[in-house]
Amino acid sequence: MRMPDPDADVIARRAAIARALRRIVPGEGVIVDEDALRAYECDGLSAYRQPPLIVVLPSTTEQVSTVLRYCHDNGVKIVPRGAGTSLSGGALPLADAVTLGLGKFNRILDIDIENRCVVAQPGVTNLAITTAVQDQGFYYAPDPSSQIACSIGGNVAENAGGVHCLKYGLTTNNLLGVEMVLMTGEVIRLGGKHLDPGGYDLMGVVTGSEGLLGVITEVTVRILRAPETARAVLMGFPDTDSAAATVADIIARGIIPAGLEMMDKPAIHAAEDFVHADYPLDVEALLICELDGPEAEVTHLIERVEAIARDKGATSLRVSTSDAERALFWAGRKAAFPAVGRISPDYYCMDGTIPRHALPTVLKRTAEMSTRYGLRCANVFHAGDGNLHPLILFDANVPDELERAEAFGAEILKLCVEVGGVLTGEHGVGVEKRDLMGEMFSDIDLQQQQRLKCAFDPGQFLNPGKVFPTLHRCAELGRMHLSGGSMPFPDIPRF
Amino acid sequence: MTQSYRPDTPEQVAELVAWAAAETTPLDLRGHGTRADLGCPTNTSHVLDLSGLSGIIDYAPNELVITARAGTSMATIQAALDDAGQMLAFEPPDWRALLGKPDGPDDPPGTLGGLVASNLSGPRRLAAGAARDHVLGIQGVSGRGEAIKSGGRVVKNVTGFDLSKLMTGSFGTLAALTDLSLKVVPRPEESRTVLIRGIGDQAAMEAMSRGLCSPHEVSGACYLPEDVACRSAVAAVRDPGRSVTALRVEGPEPSVVWRSEALRNELSAWGPTDALHTADSAALWAEVRDARLIADPPEAQIWRLSVPPMNGAAVARALEHNAPSALLSWMADWGGGLLWLSLAPTPHAHAAGVRRAVDHHGGGHATLIRASRDVRAHVAVFHPAPAPLEALSRRVKESFDPAGILSPGRMAEGR
Repeated sequence: MRMPDPDADVIARRAAIARALRRIVPGEGVIVDEDALRAYECDGLSAYRQPPLIVVLPSTTEQVSTVLRYCHDNGVKIVPRGAGTSLSGGALPLADAVTLGLGKFNRILDIDIENRCVVAQPGVTNLAITTAVQDQGFYYAPDPSSQIACSIGGNVAENAGGVHCLKYGLTTNNLLGVEMVLMTGEVIRLGGKHLDPGGYDLMGVVTGSEGLLGVITEVTVRILRAPETARAVLMGFPDTDSAAATVADIIARGIIPAGLEMMDKPAIHAAEDFVHADYPLDVEALLICELDGPEAEVTHLIERVEAIARDKGATSLRVSTSDAERALFWAGRKAAFPAVGRISPDYYCMDGTIPRHALPTVLKRTAEMSTRYGLRCANVFHAGDGNLHPLILFDANVPDELERAEAFGAEILKLCVEVGGVLTGEHGVGVEKRDLMGEMFSDIDLQQQQRLKCAFDPGQFLNPGKVFPTLHRCAELGRMHLSGGSMPFPDIPRF
Repeated sequence: MTQSYRPDTPEQVAELVAWAAAETTPLDLRGHGTRADLGCPTNTSHVLDLSGLSGIIDYAPNELVITARAGTSMATIQAALDDAGQMLAFEPPDWRALLGKPDGPDDPPGTLGGLVASNLSGPRRLAAGAARDHVLGIQGVSGRGEAIKSGGRVVKNVTGFDLSKLMTGSFGTLAALTDLSLKVVPRPEESRTVLIRGIGDQAAMEAMSRGLCSPHEVSGACYLPEDVACRSAVAAVRDPGRSVTALRVEGPEPSVVWRSEALRNELSAWGPTDALHTADSAALWAEVRDARLIADPPEAQIWRLSVPPMNGAAVARALEHNAPSALLSWMADWGGGLLWLSLAPTPHAHAAGVRRAVDHHGGGHATLIRASRDVRAHVAVFHPAPAPLEALSRRVKESFDPAGILSPGRMAEGR
């Protein structure tokens, strides 16, 4: 992975930069020790590693503001970091950049049940928000599988999803407000406990901006009342086509499940061997469909889902009879990644989204690629919203296998775009899919995105080398190329 | 003299905007013009009429997505969704009556692009999200005359910056929208509304909060003071002559029957409850959605405020206290989080008092929805932002439209 050339001048000033940062963040909040820096050398995409220049761990918005202003004035790049669970390398350090960790921002500031929201610092974990309100019967809906560890600030930066997106949306749909610090050190607030921002929806574009626009220092999220009942149906099918047809039919009949997940045979077997969820092993595809809401509604909809599955040829059909059984249905799905990790030295997780109708085509062609690349592939999907997670199995110690796995992954993502989908549904572009952006966007599209980046961070100090395959200077992007002043459209109707 | 252009294709739009950029000739973007009086008044001699970009490009009910040209009439969109038993979950409002536009069956109902450009959402916004939450992808032409796209046709997508969110609600100041993909959802089988009559505004906020904090999935919660309830076309709301607090539940029939009963029990502490069934329920929420109950008298100035829901009554009371004779009527939607105010007209539209009330009660924003052109030219229509945020918004505008030719002045950022 080619990253921007490190600035030798900045590296040479390392000691002076560390001294200046210590004046802003006293004590152990500035890390320069080589061994200690190693803890920050990668995120969840561990194939890429680079120790940062320095790590700084501020604990107040004022410190963040002062650090950013200092780095802005002194030409030092910043890589923001939450819990470091990104699967796309969003928090991959740079040799000439300060990694700004938000781990000390770990407090929940306000639980406001009447207004149905929670105000939290960005380092609070996703799960901790639910934990803080569950006694009162509430929860925070987006639930990425890393929810025990991942931070809410990181969730905003990546626009994190989870298994409940189809019904409850992604982070962006559950976010009410943020406080963020711009690279100049200016602090702005977007949104709050009220709905909809006034003016431009800057909060909307900051969500999922992967640390390129600013550093988030406070988050207000909406919380939901936990549903009275949740029940899951486990459905086995003799082929993936009939499972895909079941998914399509559930949606077509107007049912929006809380979760609708699919696993293929390799994933089913790996998960079953690992967690013993009592999955049927003689099927080619498994669907887990969870319905939540009032008892009367869940009962009513479960019957309809069962009827659809039977009609589409399900060979195995079980409805959870207790929360423990429902949790067991999910245990295998939620442990699919580590389960696959047990049967292969390494795996590479992809994240494209496709229109639901393209599922059979994409599965078929992925299987062909698997043969061609000589690498096994297990598939788990958020089938309800078309978000695929093919897991490519490889062994990094075998020469060539990492490169083959990456090429296989890239081909899957190109296929996703070809069938009308997108490169990434919830993991982000980061460094991982950076060089594939041209598959989805024209140069003009990418330039407009970078111009927006320039509006926030004209010096391009924040997280450079991520998201965009080519870096352009803001001055160059700002230029207008004009074609002259003739009236070139005789065919446009005028009034 | 106003020169108006009505292109038929996105390519023609790009050509026209490129010319305007080269000539630094500002263009006023419009669709059907039903919301032309929303926002700050513009003063351009050239109009870019996007209503010629019309037609549904792809509607796949099973994929829960519709793609259409931005100038497509909402009547066309609505008819297609009705046929498939689906809807736009954010309940797009029709403000023609409110804004003094003709709203008969043959009058233009507004375009999809105009709806997205103004990010307007109705009562279901509190449960289902705003228009911006349902825009999956946008193609448009930036102020550079370049065709740009963002997003796609799938719900789960984090590829690149979410420029679709930014363009939604930008009133045509960032790009001329040409194609839009929106998420659609199945229309609920059944709808019922629980009514509590005769309680005060603060009690209503509490009752709505209780309902919204219950597990009964309330999809609408409004408070109509007595004088507003009396204007309803629904007899059960109008005739008792008392304030009405209304909470809606929607979904599959057995679920709605059960939940509306459960909600009535939950709310019994506030007095006897009543329930509106399908047609009456729909009629009430359409009146609330379109702000029809607050539209008269036509000369009144109308404000729309977004505040923390539990502060709704306090904001209204602060206004009653500060300007007792100015506040003609008010009502609350979104569980108290959305306030509609009708004020006696003055040249300053009571802007300072309205915004002070918002700022003193937990923040939010106040938008002047209806006032004369002259008043809107002198009063900040959109809630003023602190300096760093305003400067950032201006840089964002410049990043899309460096020559400042797209509806300049329509929002504060465009000036």
